Amino acid sequence: MKIRLLDIAHARSGDKGDTGNVGVIARKPEYYPLLVKYLTVERVQEHFTGICFGPVERFELPNIGALNFLLHNALGGGGTRSLKNDAQGKTLSSVMLRMELDIQESV
Amino acid sequence: MKKHIRIASGQGFWGDLQSAPVDQVRKGPVDYMMLDYLAEVTMSILQKQKRKDPLLGYAKDLIPLFDEILPDIAGKNIKVITNGGGANPLACRDAIFSAAQKHGIKNLKIGVVYGDDILNDIDAFLQRGIALDNMETGEKLSAVRGSLISANVYFGARPIVEALQQGAHIVITGRTTDTGLTLAPMIHEFGWHWDDWDKIAAGTVAGHILECGGQASGGNFTGNWKNVPNLAGIGFPIAEVYPDGRFVVTKHEGTGGLVSSATVKEQLLYEIGNPKNYITPDCIADFTTIHVKDIADNRVEVYGVQGRPATDSLKVSMSYFDGYAASSTLTYAWPDALEKARKADEILRARLTAQGLRFDEIRTEFLGYNSCFGPLARGGEELNEVVLRVAVRGKDKNAIERFGREIAPLILTGPPSVTGFAGGRPKPSDVIAYWPALIPKMAVTPTVEVVAL
Repeated sequence: MKIRLLDIAHARSGDKGDTGNVGVIARKPEYYPLLVKYLTVERVQEHFTGICFGPVERFELPNIGALNFLLHNALGGGGTRSLKNDAQGKTLSSVMLRMELDIQESV
Repeated sequence: MKKHIRIASGQGFWGDLQSAPVDQVRKGPVDYMMLDYLAEVTMSILQKQKRKDPLLGYAKDLIPLFDEILPDIAGKNIKVITNGGGANPLACRDAIFSAAQKHGIKNLKIGVVYGDDILNDIDAFLQRGIALDNMETGEKLSAVRGSLISANVYFGARPIVEALQQGAHIVITGRTTDTGLTLAPMIHEFGWHWDDWDKIAAGTVAGHILECGGQASGGNFTGNWKNVPNLAGIGFPIAEVYPDGRFVVTKHEGTGGLVSSATVKEQLLYEIGNPKNYITPDCIADFTTIHVKDIADNRVEVYGVQGRPATDSLKVSMSYFDGYAASSTLTYAWPDALEKARKADEILRARLTAQGLRFDEIRTEFLGYNSCFGPLARGGEELNEVVLRVAVRGKDKNAIERFGREIAPLILTGPPSVTGFAGGRPKPSDVIAYWPALIPKMAVTPTVEVVAL
C-alpha cells in the first residue's frame, strides 16, 4: 500500500553550515522497523533531487525509534551566505514527510 | 546535597520570547535559569557594536530582563547563567550591577567568564603551528585572513563551574557551549567528577534539550501540533535533574505547551550529526543510548545516557566578511499568478543584465508555490496569489544597491495585479560567513572573575 511518511512519522530539521539535518521519528514503536526498511539513503537522495546537491548520510537511533539524515549542500551555501527563503532548512522536515512509500506491510 | 535541582530554559536564542524567562522565575520553583543569546554569527554583530562603542558588545536585551527579574531571583535564590555577555561580558556585568543597585539589592555576586576572544591572537597561533584550518572544508585560513571579523573559542562548563564555586549568583560568559550553561549547575551541586563520563553526558543531553527554549515544549512540533494546548502561553522546558544523572523534562503547572516523549525526541534530533558522537568540550555524548519515557502529563524521564572522554580540542567559531546581499518580494494575484511572477522575474533579470550588473549569485523563488519544496512543488495553476522573491549576493555593493532600485518599477512597468511593496527599497546587508576550526585545549585558558556588589 502507498502511504505518506507523515502517516507513520514526525520530523524536525535543522542546519549546520550548508548541511541540513532531518530527524525522522516513528509515531508508534511498531513503525520504526518500517522506517529502517524503507527510508533508505537512496530513497531520500532521490526524493531530495533538486534540493540536496551533496551526499546523504543516515544514522539509526533505535533507542528512540528514529533516524537522522544529513543532507549535504542542501541550504544554498548555508547561514547568511544563502539566498534561500529557508536558509536554515526549517521546512526540510516537511519535504521529508511528504515522501510517499510503497510498503508491503499494512498499517 | 539537594535531592534534585530544577534548571529552567529562559531563552533559546537572541530574539526569543521576551516573557519566557520572566514566567520561568515567577510561575513555579526553579533553582537555575540558563539564557542562550549566541547563534553562530551573533558575535560578529556584537564585535561591530563594541568597535563603535566600547561599553557595548553584549546582548542588550539582558538589561531590561534583569531589571524585571532581579527582585525575583534575589528573593528566591535563583542563579542565572548566560552567554549573553557576548563580546563584552565585563560591560554586561557592570550594567547588571547598575540595575541591581537601582533595586537596592545587596550582596550580589556576578561571575564573568572571558578569554574566548582570540581575534587578536590569530597570528601568534599560526606561528605556533596552530593552523585554524576550516574544520569542514579543510581550507587554509589564509583564504579569509584579511576579512576576519570575530574569532571565539567555545569554552565548556568548567569556567562556569569555577564561577559558581566562587559564589556567583549570576554568571555572564562570552562564547561558551549552550550545553555547558545547563551542565555547570549539575557539576557544582552534585560534585560530579570531570571523568564521570556518563553523568557529564547526561547533563549535556539535558542542555541540548533546553537550549532551544519552547522548541522542546510543544513549539515547532510536527507531531500532533494541533492538540498542543495554549501555545500563546507556552511554558519553556525545565530539567529536574537528580544526582545520578537521570532527569525529568517538565514545565511549570498551568503554562501552555506540551512536554511529551515526542516533543523531547524532536528536540533531541535537532542540529545533530552522527548521534554516537555528540562532541562538546566536556565529553562525547552517545545519543543512541538515550532513553525517553512519559511518566506523567508533561513529565518525561530521560535516562541511560552514556558518554566517552572529551577530545583534546575546543571548537573555534570565526566569522568573516564575504560581500553583500539583498532580497525583495512582490505579490502577484490570480489569474495566472505564477505566470505573472515568472514573467516579472524574467523582466527583472533582463533589466539587470542590460545595466551590466554582475552578481555572484541571483536566486528566484515563488513563495506559496515552490520555495520549500523545489521540484516537489505541486499545484501552480490556480494559486490565489504568489510572492516573487528575488535575492542577490556579490562583492560589489553598488550592484546590490542598484538591484534594489529595480523592484519598484516592476509595479508600473510589468505584469498586472501586483502589490506588497510597502517595505520599501531593499538595502544591501553584509554577508557574514562562518569559519569553524579547532584549537588544542592547552593553547587557551578562560579567565574567571567573580565580583561582589
